[in-house]
Amino acid sequence: MNPDLSKLDITIAVTGLKTGDNPQPGVPVIRSIRAAGFTGRIVGLVYDSLESGIYLDDLVDQVYQMPYPSAGADAFLTRLDHILERTPLDVIIPTLDSEVILYIRLAEELKQRGINTFLPSEECFLLRDKTKLESFFTPQGVQVPKTILLTNVSQLNTLHEEIGYPCFIKGRYYEAAKAASWDEAIKHFYDIQARWGLPLLAQQIVPGEEYNIVIVGDGEGDTIGMVPQKKLVITDKGKGFGGVVVKSASLDEFARKIISILKWRGPCELEIIRGLDGVFYLIEINPRFPAWVRLAEGSGQNQPAAVVLKALGHQVEPLPECKTGTMFVRHAEDIIADISVMGEVSAKSELIRR
Amino acid sequence: MNTEKLSNLAMNDNGFIFDPESGYSYTANETGIFILKRMAEGMQRQEIFEELSEVYEVSEDNFNSDYAHYLLMLESLDLIRFEGDTLESRSE
Repeated sequence: MNPDLSKLDITIAVTGLKTGDNPQPGVPVIRSIRAAGFTGRIVGLVYDSLESGIYLDDLVDQVYQMPYPSAGADAFLTRLDHILERTPLDVIIPTLDSEVILYIRLAEELKQRGINTFLPSEECFLLRDKTKLESFFTPQGVQVPKTILLTNVSQLNTLHEEIGYPCFIKGRYYEAAKAASWDEAIKHFYDIQARWGLPLLAQQIVPGEEYNIVIVGDGEGDTIGMVPQKKLVITDKGKGFGGVVVKSASLDEFARKIISILKWRGPCELEIIRGLDGVFYLIEINPRFPAWVRLAEGSGQNQPAAVVLKALGHQVEPLPECKTGTMFVRHAEDIIADISVMGEVSAKSELIRR
Repeated sequence: MNTEKLSNLAMNDNGFIFDPESGYSYTANETGIFILKRMAEGMQRQEIFEELSEVYEVSEDNFNSDYAHYLLMLESLDLIRFEGDTLESRSE
């Protein structure tokens, strides 16, 4: 059975309210929580006054701007304590790659402030880092495309021998570009380095079919929910703007093996390729819900609602089987608002709607 | 011929076909879906021809030729597999 949050009188905070061409998962996470009957307060924690979810009338009750994760724990906790004077928070669901580690490391401080999360341990989180994926998983029988950690541009000189072209040049957290030659690899190296810093990664390209799976792990090696999708619409930035729920016993088994090895606790997204040889390859593990997480709710598994209950320490049974063939298509629409809304967030770093 | 995958396909009468394992979808015309549904039920070439010829006017020669072509298309889409079949037996 799916979680029923209708009787829950708490405040839930969610990060990542930006939608648009590179959407963050906060808005769909909140929609799913509301779809579980939740009528309590929802707080949006944002980094930028133009995160589009701020401007939706019916989405969040309050908005608070947060310091960027790079500002460190002290700045984060100082801001949080200021927010808590106004609004006690019971659960936070972080949805952005770069902030998850901060929430993991500050779990104890959050707990002391009455804030609950449902996240993996730091050790587990670091094992799924793109730089560790191959060395950790390959010996355990999970195939990962050959990956080289790049800390210096001169490493590209031997890339043709070690991986071969074409290959991907990837940022540690964000962005990947296909390089067909040394020249292109150099260009992508400097482009991505300028935006995200070092180290970067070079990764072998495995030809085949890509699948994405949204999962909530119970922290003991099992899954509470799992919904695999095949992208139907892919933007020029490689983002899935449409997808369909698929069902494959071998894909499920591969995903369960990964979660069982990691004993993952909380939400994550697996990126997997079924190679032309029929072998599954693990490409990435993203440590948070993906922006397409509403497909999970729409196909019968309200995973964000399950995470709220798990964060509160409730027992949650495995979610019902998802409905194969459920699809989503992402739709962009303009939100009309008064400039004063932006002014409020920009000037006061907060917006109290209700 | 292994037609196991066909039994997992979702097909509607408009000719829309969805493969839940791969996420791919296809379209077939009226006779294409007629044949595919029967193949998914495990029917053989002769039985399919008999049922098809009750509804559509078609000679056995024409059917055999189109059926063989159809099987090759299904094979290229990885929906059926020929396992050790001889060339002659492929369209059986």
